[in-house]
Amino acid sequence: MPGYSDPGFDTLALHAGAAPDPSTGARAVPLHLSTSFVFESSDQAAALFNLERAGHVYSRISNPTTAVLEQRVAALEGGIGAIATASGQAALHLAVATLMGAGAHIVASTALYGGSQNLLHYTLRRFGIETTFVKPGDIDGWRAAIRPNTRLLFGETVGNPGLDVLDIPTVSQIAHEAGVPLLVDSTLTSPWLIKPFDHGADLVYHSATKFLSGHGTVIGGVLVDGGSFDWEKSGRFPELTAGYEGFHDMVFSEESTVGAFLLRARREGLRDFGACLSPHSAWLILQGIETLPLRMARHMDNTVKVVEFLASHPLVSRVGHPLLESHPSHALAQQLLPRGAGSVFSFDIVGSRAQGKAFIEALKVFSHLANVGDAKSLVIHPASTTHFRMSDEALAQAGIGPGTIRLSIGLEDPADLIDDLKKALKSAEKAAEKAA
Amino acid sequence: MKIGQIYAYTGGKAFDLAKPTVVFIHGVLNDHSVWILQSRYLAHHGWNVLAIDLPGHCRSGGEPPGSVEEASQAIVGLLDAAGVQQAALVGHSFGSLIALETAAWAPERVSHLALVGTAFPMRVSPALLESSVSAPMKAIDMVNTFSHSMLAPPPSALGPGTWLYGGSRALMRRVLASNPKVNVFHTGFKACDSYAGGEAAMDKVQCPTLFVLGSADQMTPPKAAQSLVARAHNAKAVQLPAGHSLMTEAPDGVLHALKDFLGA
Repeated sequence: MPGYSDPGFDTLALHAGAAPDPSTGARAVPLHLSTSFVFESSDQAAALFNLERAGHVYSRISNPTTAVLEQRVAALEGGIGAIATASGQAALHLAVATLMGAGAHIVASTALYGGSQNLLHYTLRRFGIETTFVKPGDIDGWRAAIRPNTRLLFGETVGNPGLDVLDIPTVSQIAHEAGVPLLVDSTLTSPWLIKPFDHGADLVYHSATKFLSGHGTVIGGVLVDGGSFDWEKSGRFPELTAGYEGFHDMVFSEESTVGAFLLRARREGLRDFGACLSPHSAWLILQGIETLPLRMARHMDNTVKVVEFLASHPLVSRVGHPLLESHPSHALAQQLLPRGAGSVFSFDIVGSRAQGKAFIEALKVFSHLANVGDAKSLVIHPASTTHFRMSDEALAQAGIGPGTIRLSIGLEDPADLIDDLKKALKSAEKAAEKAA
Repeated sequence: MKIGQIYAYTGGKAFDLAKPTVVFIHGVLNDHSVWILQSRYLAHHGWNVLAIDLPGHCRSGGEPPGSVEEASQAIVGLLDAAGVQQAALVGHSFGSLIALETAAWAPERVSHLALVGTAFPMRVSPALLESSVSAPMKAIDMVNTFSHSMLAPPPSALGPGTWLYGGSRALMRRVLASNPKVNVFHTGFKACDSYAGGEAAMDKVQCPTLFVLGSADQMTPPKAAQSLVARAHNAKAVQLPAGHSLMTEAPDGVLHALKDFLGA
């Protein structure tokens, strides 16, 4: 029943979490740049600290502007609530740190953003949390990697940058059979392309820096809880189902039947680790989300045109987008991502590293930098930048070759993008002739 | 804590017979957690709190009550088992009818009666009753839509950043799944729809009564409670700018109304 009581995605992108400000009439979301909030009384102060009443105390824990962003992303994802963080990496860390400690184990996809791979493979290991990496399409591998101490399965909706589509329904089923939640990084798809909760995921996070913001102006993250995972039934999460000494022996799963994870993540994770989002950053991300549906549609239209151009160019040996039947995830993408598998993808140029370099340096519309999901089109060479810490073997597992180029298709006129790519490929061709 | 087969959340404080007791009774496809803020506050302000899961729901054992009358017997049984002679009863929706019926038939056991999001009769459309069996997920979405009234709710049960539509839907799904033998969605709605004793019960109530109604409530609009309000002997009615999910859409408003009413 469409309407105000049952709003659609585009309406939620504009209105979820925000109404005209009752005290000033301001229509835009007010930016509350205040570290702290005055208590009505001593009784209210004590009640806020003890979770007897809900409200804002200190902006590391919550802030009115940031709360609008949290409600909005939760609404768009179909979740029960969200926590905004200083970055996407902070959101991943918050999820992990809320669910486990030393001695725990994670099963993760090999096709991850380089920063996530670093966190799991190197940094968390130092804190006693081990990770087994599994190719996203290796279904038996996911099942076999689960151990008695496994606390989380983790993958990206579409792997960066090979765009291996995660079979969320199947992997979530494997996770749930083992009593473990599935966490999904949905940065590259945004809820406009896929809502992972609808397919069985339990937790979702975004680097809001990318498509949610869309303007390349801000770093931020959002962690969303779908509220569907039964922590008590699992029996693996005393962090959520037993008394927590750090908060008056509160049993989070008793306090909230569906929201135990968010309660602990905010009350412990934001309180103690402190990787909160600045309200100013939250406000900027909200400006982006207002146009998310419009931008995503244009991102996808432009991507189709660029992929078609590259796929037919003689100097391009491979285009890694599930739009193409040749991509291993083509069928799965049709099923899970009917609006498209994103506008960040890679391709390989026929020829040497020098030609790859010539290609990137010749581009005029595409900007050479380390980001994706901007309104402007972007380009990078993953092996020497975003994924440079990874071994050749790990690179190959992530579907990245030494000559792989990653594009993030923006909102420019598609003809201008294709012209830019055409000229840069010509420069790469000339570089080969010079070398000869 | 478990009292017999019934689970009761005590608001983070140990149960103490020396304190006055307030029992919170949830509605269809809800559980104790819908009262978290109000129950936790009262538990830390001098009251024993028993925010229950109805029998056959979530953490409570037993059979889900098939009628309001049957459920009210469970409440009296709970008070007996806990050794509580008299308690304040706070009920929401289906829970409000259970609280009303209990106050009518065991008046000496009830010190205060607070009816939140109530109506009499509490009719459920035949289509919704049918879909609670044939298409429960679709019916949950429909009830969820009718139960909420705002896209920008205040900080609520999980604190700031809570999305109430999502939280309520997840809870309803969880409660439905908690009893694989009996469809507690259908059973609860049927009990509401078939309850005929509301006005007679209101006539028998001896304690003070508080009505907390949502001005934007589409499930139990304020006008649908007027037959009860008119019959109550010692009653106060409070309207809050909220839908049917008053405890989460207007958590402070509900708390203030209860505090004033209970003298907390």
